[in-house]
Amino acid sequence: MSPSETLVRQVRIRYFAILREHANISCEKRETTSTTIEELYGEIKEDKGFDLEKEFIRVACNGDFVDLDYSLADGDEIVFIPPVAGG
Amino acid sequence: MSFSLSSTPIEVDFLRQGMISQKCGGYVAFEGWVRNYNDGKAVLQLEYEAYAELAILEGHRIINEALDQFPVKDVRSIHRVGLLGLKEVAVWVGVSAIHREEAFGACRYVIDEIKSRVPIWKKEFFADGSTAWTQCQNCAGDIANK
Repeated sequence: MSPSETLVRQVRIRYFAILREHANISCEKRETTSTTIEELYGEIKEDKGFDLEKEFIRVACNGDFVDLDYSLADGDEIVFIPPVAGG
Repeated sequence: MSFSLSSTPIEVDFLRQGMISQKCGGYVAFEGWVRNYNDGKAVLQLEYEAYAELAILEGHRIINEALDQFPVKDVRSIHRVGLLGLKEVAVWVGVSAIHREEAFGACRYVIDEIKSRVPIWKKEFFADGSTAWTQCQNCAGDIANK
């Protein structure tokens, strides 16, 4: 890959609760040039008009929690987790 | 299973029966109920939504932590998902132990951790027709539905 070439990854994103309602979908496949989950959330926040800042979400990849700086890989399943309220 | 989700009513008496052991001196349980008001507004019903795979994984972790930290015999919990009416049991935690002090401590630990860590969300349906996703008490930002 040349330095000018940008890697595109295909990821699957699932939405729950308030983010599902705002996005009006529960999951989607998306091609992205974001390299981390933090970048991906910024991309999607702008695209969907989410008003929840990244400081208030947790993130999961392939079924378990990861940090915002997790490096995305092709085929990852990502979930943005808004503030929880069980109990 | 030590932590599970249920879309049907939680049968507390049945769960209690499953905890009884002649090796234990007691049992502590917590039941979270659906109450009819929040923030001064009348509530008609609740809806719980879960990211089930991770909720179960994290719930198991919490129960294993309680078993590691407290000398108790058994720890179990069930959380409801879906629509719940007033007075229904939303969450149940049961702990059996030789002595009460450890059972109280473990029960408190489990419900506190579930509320702050497990990916489950609560939507309130108010009598005035509005709805809102409940915020966790430690999170800022207005996420109520407009």
